[in-house]
Amino acid sequence: MEKSSVNSGVKVIAIGGSAGSLEVLFQLLPLLRDDIKVSILIVLHRRNSADSSLSELLASKCHLPLHEADDKDVIQAGHIYLAPSDYHLLVEKDHTLSLDDSEKVNYSRPSLDVTFESAADVYGPALTGIVLSGANDDGTLGLQAIKKMGGTIIVQDPETAQIPIMPQNALTHLAIDHIFSIRQMAEYLNSAELN
Amino acid sequence: MIEDEDIELLLTDLFELHGYDFTSYSRASLKRRINRLYSLDKFPSFAELRYRVRSDTSYLKRFVEEITVNVTEMFRDPTFYLSLRNDILPILGTKPFIRIWHAGCSTGEEVYSMAILLKEAGLLRKSLLYATDLNPTVLEKVRRGIFPMNQMKQYSESYIASGGEMDFSDYYTANYGQAKFNGELSEKIIISTHNLVSDSSFNEFDLILCRNVLIYFDKDLQDRVLRLFDSSLGSLGYLALGSKETLKFSVVQHNYKQLNREKIWKKVV
Repeated sequence: MEKSSVNSGVKVIAIGGSAGSLEVLFQLLPLLRDDIKVSILIVLHRRNSADSSLSELLASKCHLPLHEADDKDVIQAGHIYLAPSDYHLLVEKDHTLSLDDSEKVNYSRPSLDVTFESAADVYGPALTGIVLSGANDDGTLGLQAIKKMGGTIIVQDPETAQIPIMPQNALTHLAIDHIFSIRQMAEYLNSAELN
Repeated sequence: MIEDEDIELLLTDLFELHGYDFTSYSRASLKRRINRLYSLDKFPSFAELRYRVRSDTSYLKRFVEEITVNVTEMFRDPTFYLSLRNDILPILGTKPFIRIWHAGCSTGEEVYSMAILLKEAGLLRKSLLYATDLNPTVLEKVRRGIFPMNQMKQYSESYIASGGEMDFSDYYTANYGQAKFNGELSEKIIISTHNLVSDSSFNEFDLILCRNVLIYFDKDLQDRVLRLFDSSLGSLGYLALGSKETLKFSVVQHNYKQLNREKIWKKVV
């Protein structure tokens, strides 16, 4: 049997958000157990600067190792990767991450759509995409791609989102699998089914 | 949506018929760019796209230009340029002559940024900036030194953040929404096509800048290109990479020492 990489059988979660999503992560990350096996990719619309204090801040909220993605990082089970500012984050077939500084998508770099589509291509049914609070349409096409490849798609309950436009847009256009509060998201990520 | 097998067919065509070798490019980004172009140019089928790439040389030019990423800006990551000003240029200034290579320079915004730094350090007269890229079209833009006026506000802010103390607008003339940079800067820039995948070393340099190019290459090609840079750098020369790129884990890492938090390495052998 091929024992390819850490990712045989491991599930991957791609979480993305814009305005109002940082507060969600501050609440969500501390709720994640330190022994979960899923790998998590986080894409946030953020200020265009190369300073890495955001990843340090997020890491401090979290029992799991969290780092800003570097070019060619190998995706490991139980690790969380944050897309660096000013780069799109993509996933390669060999389960490494790659970066791309091409044009902005939905006025954004990193863009949720770019990461979601690329991860869907590699992980198919093993991928879950989650769209959090935000004020534009980024993420909807990405969730669509995930769904098409057999993955699971989730949005933050617009009722609980500081800016509901982003999850609402996905809900309007797609058959979303779950509409979750922050606590439900944490339960899902900690669940035995994923880990 | 173009499938993986079709991408491989295209890459084989590009190499066998036209000599462009993209087979060692990172696939995720390349696939995205090919699909983007496929829908942008409204091809009815993959076969149609393949036919155009195989047989239409003017389309080939567009294809190569569009699947490679040509997004760049002046004084991107201002603290990087601040470090060039404060840490690198004073040392290069002790040399009788300064040779700098911008590898994969795209439309040249970084080359002009560098020329401005050299000018302000009083070193431009004894410097030459070699600007190379695989796309002839983008090099034409470097030659003209004309950039969109609507970027200038941001570039001016980055210039100031990089330690610039002059009036940034003194470096260009505004006309019809375009900013043409002074001839004094461009006359020190030597332009040539050079493909990092297939071409070899062509000179010895004191500083090589190759920022946000290696991210598009797979690990083997990255190593190959870093070896090319290594053989093109004089002893005690400097190599500068993009903010998310590294020499760590590369074949040449032991020949270099990272200077500071910026992605600048000094050759120590």
